[in-house]
Amino acid sequence: MDALPVFLPLIGFLIAFLFGKQIGDRGAQFVTCAGLIGAAALSVSLFFDVALGGNARTIEIAPWIASGTFEANWAVRLDTLSVVMMCVITIVSSCVHVYSVGYMSHDEHQARFMSYLSLFTFAMMMLVTADNLIQLFFGWEGVGLASYLLIGFWNKKHSANAAAIKAFLVNRVGDLGLALGIFACLVLFDSVQFDTIFMQASSQSDAVFRFLGHEFHALTLVCLLLFIGACGKSAQLGLHTWLPDAMEGPTPVSALIHAATMVTAGVFLVCRFSPLYELAPFAKDVVTIVGALTAIFAATIGMTQFDIKRVIAYSTMSQLGYMFFAAGVGAYGAAMFHLMTHAFFKALLFLGAGSVIHAMSDEQDMRRMGGIAGHIKITYVLMWIGSLALAGVPFFAGYYSKDMILEAAYGAHTQVGMLAFWIGIGAALMTAFYSWRLLLLTFHGKPRADHHTMEHVHESPFIMLLPLFVLAVGAVLAGYVFYPYFVGEEVEAFWGASIASHEAIHAAHHVPSWVPLAPTIVGGIGILLGFICYQFTQGIPETVSRIFKPVHALFFRKWYVDELYDAMFVKPAWVLGRRFFKGGDQMIINGLGPDGLAKASRAGSGVLSALQTGYVYHYALTMIVAIVALMGWLLLKLKGLI
Amino acid sequence: MSAGLPLLSLMTFIPLLGALFILLLRGAPEFVAKASQRIAIGTSLVVLGLAVHMMMGFDGNSPDFQFVEKVLWLPAFGLTYHMGVDGISVFFVLLSALLTPVCLLASVQSIETRVREYMVAFLVLETFMIGTFCALDTVLFYVFFEGVLLPMFLIIGVWGGARRIYSAFKFFLFTLLGSVLMLVALLVLYSKVGTTDIPLLMENPVDADLQKWLWLAVFASFAVKMPMWPVHTWLPDAHVEAPTAGSVILAGVLLKMGGYGFLRFSLPMFPDASMYFAPMVFALSIIAIIYTSLVALVQTDMKKMIAYSSVAHMGYVTLGIFTFTRQGIDGAVFQMISHGIVSGALFLIVGVVYDRLHSRDINRYGGIVKNMPVYAVLFMVFTMGSVGLPGTSGFVGEFLVLAGAFQTSTWVALLAGTGVILGATYMLWLYRKVVFGPADNADAAEMEDVTGIEKINLVPLALMVIALGVAPYLVFNYTAPSVEKLVMQVGAVADALVIQPESFDALLQDGAAHEVAP
Repeated sequence: MDALPVFLPLIGFLIAFLFGKQIGDRGAQFVTCAGLIGAAALSVSLFFDVALGGNARTIEIAPWIASGTFEANWAVRLDTLSVVMMCVITIVSSCVHVYSVGYMSHDEHQARFMSYLSLFTFAMMMLVTADNLIQLFFGWEGVGLASYLLIGFWNKKHSANAAAIKAFLVNRVGDLGLALGIFACLVLFDSVQFDTIFMQASSQSDAVFRFLGHEFHALTLVCLLLFIGACGKSAQLGLHTWLPDAMEGPTPVSALIHAATMVTAGVFLVCRFSPLYELAPFAKDVVTIVGALTAIFAATIGMTQFDIKRVIAYSTMSQLGYMFFAAGVGAYGAAMFHLMTHAFFKALLFLGAGSVIHAMSDEQDMRRMGGIAGHIKITYVLMWIGSLALAGVPFFAGYYSKDMILEAAYGAHTQVGMLAFWIGIGAALMTAFYSWRLLLLTFHGKPRADHHTMEHVHESPFIMLLPLFVLAVGAVLAGYVFYPYFVGEEVEAFWGASIASHEAIHAAHHVPSWVPLAPTIVGGIGILLGFICYQFTQGIPETVSRIFKPVHALFFRKWYVDELYDAMFVKPAWVLGRRFFKGGDQMIINGLGPDGLAKASRAGSGVLSALQTGYVYHYALTMIVAIVALMGWLLLKLKGLI
Repeated sequence: MSAGLPLLSLMTFIPLLGALFILLLRGAPEFVAKASQRIAIGTSLVVLGLAVHMMMGFDGNSPDFQFVEKVLWLPAFGLTYHMGVDGISVFFVLLSALLTPVCLLASVQSIETRVREYMVAFLVLETFMIGTFCALDTVLFYVFFEGVLLPMFLIIGVWGGARRIYSAFKFFLFTLLGSVLMLVALLVLYSKVGTTDIPLLMENPVDADLQKWLWLAVFASFAVKMPMWPVHTWLPDAHVEAPTAGSVILAGVLLKMGGYGFLRFSLPMFPDASMYFAPMVFALSIIAIIYTSLVALVQTDMKKMIAYSSVAHMGYVTLGIFTFTRQGIDGAVFQMISHGIVSGALFLIVGVVYDRLHSRDINRYGGIVKNMPVYAVLFMVFTMGSVGLPGTSGFVGEFLVLAGAFQTSTWVALLAGTGVILGATYMLWLYRKVVFGPADNADAAEMEDVTGIEKINLVPLALMVIALGVAPYLVFNYTAPSVEKLVMQVGAVADALVIQPESFDALLQDGAAHEVAP
């Protein structure tokens, strides 16, 4: 029963995928949605039982791999951390499932789409309920597969295929880091089980590990390697390039995978390993810095993009940066809090954007939108709610969680924490700015779409709006309702043993009184700037981008990271491959080896040519006779001499 | 000696019996072709049944050889007919017995000329394959091991593509070169230890200096078979020219003979030398993984790409074996089983579209998912198996090998780990070019989906890929004691210094070896 929420999506996937033809699109939609809603209901009941009731437990499902100390079973670990994730995943996924029924209604392959969504949900649930690193890795790469399949869902498009492969490969780079981290755990703790690892953590706090010829503090090394994996999955600086491209997938996919759930897996991983991170201060600093830099880096790009989904994608990246630096300063509860609230309002924004795209006949470029607020009022209001939450306007969900993160960064009273705080403030300004830039460009002003498109602008059907309402409720209330549990008075009782330390949370409650106000103030300024640039005046953005042309180009071209990687990794791989094939295999190995020998022997074998009959079986027979004769002769010789 | 049926001998020689029966067939050519297909498939299914029976009777808790048969063969030379399987070889026997009917079934439609001879060749091949994995006597092993060459040579050379003669000879010469050296090694071993009995040899390693020479000689043979870089260039050619079934059995079983050889000969018989040469094997394995993965990336011939991927995947096997760790060897064994199924299936997958369009050129395809959805799903399962996605069989082997390598050297683990990224690159690229994209080639887009026979072949393999990924412990339950024993054996020898080092020169003074050396 406890394992049911994990496996209901799998059952939905199998039925919809294998029997999609038999049960039809409607059947597949019904099965997968029912599975997910059931899983969500069960997850919520588990939340009451495990998180609020304090009944953490682990259920063993089946044996899996056993090779010496490398032993892992299929299991469902239920503690506060995992049930929080389970609730977020199943609730958002249910919304996305239902929304997709409407959004994909013109698609040829609806059953397949629904089944992939369920497959993703299953993998994500396996990830968060793992009680060992190997099952976590299974979920980790499983969501990667689902992400690959869904980004490339419209597989006729070259760009979709390319984006899907890119996502898979960039994630694989991160996964290699994670795998190395797992191996390091195996060597260090002789186990891949979370409980065993965490139990021994303090006894290994002085251990030293030799890695690539250098001595490292063992726990720091483990934490950094795991963090490489987290960077890949959560699109942090360096391994982020796949996320914007992933917007090639259908919009519900972006909402579910690339905003609410999968990309937060890295944050979850760091929180899950809080017992280790707490003993590895340097690793925490790295997490903080990378998170903070990602937050601002993505925000700068987000301000310049015109594709509505890409703006939200960069915003996601930026918000993930917040979560990471929260975890980096030790405020794991705050990171998880923001993860949860963000899941609601970002899914809302994405699905709202989907509703806009749907209304605009699949147009995604904000330069060809505008003036549609009156046509799609409900979507418009919902997008406002999402944006208010994202910008951290008081009493919306994002306000509570983002404030908490910035307070925790300040409260850490370290240089790194301060850096993160100020960067976070800067990014908050940009967040508010690009959110209103998006709203105003999309909905306000004069219509910039062609006549034909404007005629077709229509509100989405009820089945698409219903999930938006659910998410909107979360975007409004989730912060206020859950504040006491995630980061407030109940924090210790709520998280139980699933998070190692709450010191940073406590410190966050004792910061100067201007600190909690700062994000709200800069958020207000950002919104105002948005209005000034895109509503009250005209031409400011163009003028600014003309004056700061190089800077604008840098932001607009995404800091040229894609170009850099292309030149550093992609092209060299192909060039090397060709060199190795033509030069290595064909010229050197074959040339000196078989072909060369053959040529040489042909030159000197005119005499023997009479023996060459050209029949394969003659050669074969000659050879086997020769072998047998040689062997027999040698055996006889040996026998005689021994 | 087991009291019951000589199960291993039955499995080994029933195919030969079937082949004999086919040769005796008389009648109209169509009748003979049909009948020989049926007899061959029937025979191979009987063997598969016996193999399953063997698995059920196998005691997974014992590291000893089981189903042992021991009969004096040539008493004058002290040779015995000695067969038996342990937790490692039992899976290779099963793999051979599994893939042979798959191959025969896949050939029913694609092989139209000399059907009778083809079936005979395949059954003879099965005899030699199973014999190789069961043989517990060096001479017997050698006969089977080399015997495999002949039918395979013919399968490529007679039923292959345009450049089949070149490829067949390249295959033959490369492997023969290695085997001659192995023969020398086995004879020297006989002269020194005085027995050809493999279990005895495994327990009585010769002195360390001699080990090095013998190790190298044996290595030459197994390295070619694997194949390891740089003696791998025969493989792409052989695969490209071989008929589909030939590629399947070549990738599925024949390559595993090298890895099996390392586990059966190199490690237990020459433990000191194995330790000594391990860094070299690591280097070659890493080159194999990175170099051939990059080469695979630029191929436009589907079969060539999968062939190169095989070299890379076998790199993991050699790497794992020579870490001498539990995880490394477990992983290597599992990787061989998994690769046997996955790469065999991938060649079948290529065969499916090749049969329809007669092209192996990646660019001739594209957008076939629309008309071939079932094919696309099966292809995806094997692609994921090949890239080692957790939940498929490919993951278990690769991951354990890397875990083992990490314990030996973090550099080795990191470098070999890049193969995981590269492997995903070329496989996803291949999949995308063939299955996805716009339907630029009308004839490719109009191909019909997998037929009944193709499904019978591919669906069980796909299920196995997933089953082995979800429940690999089923395999480890059997292999654990044997691998444990092997790790202990190598470890123990590594700890104890071997006394009385005797150089190879000294050996050459010995009359017996003197005759052998030149």
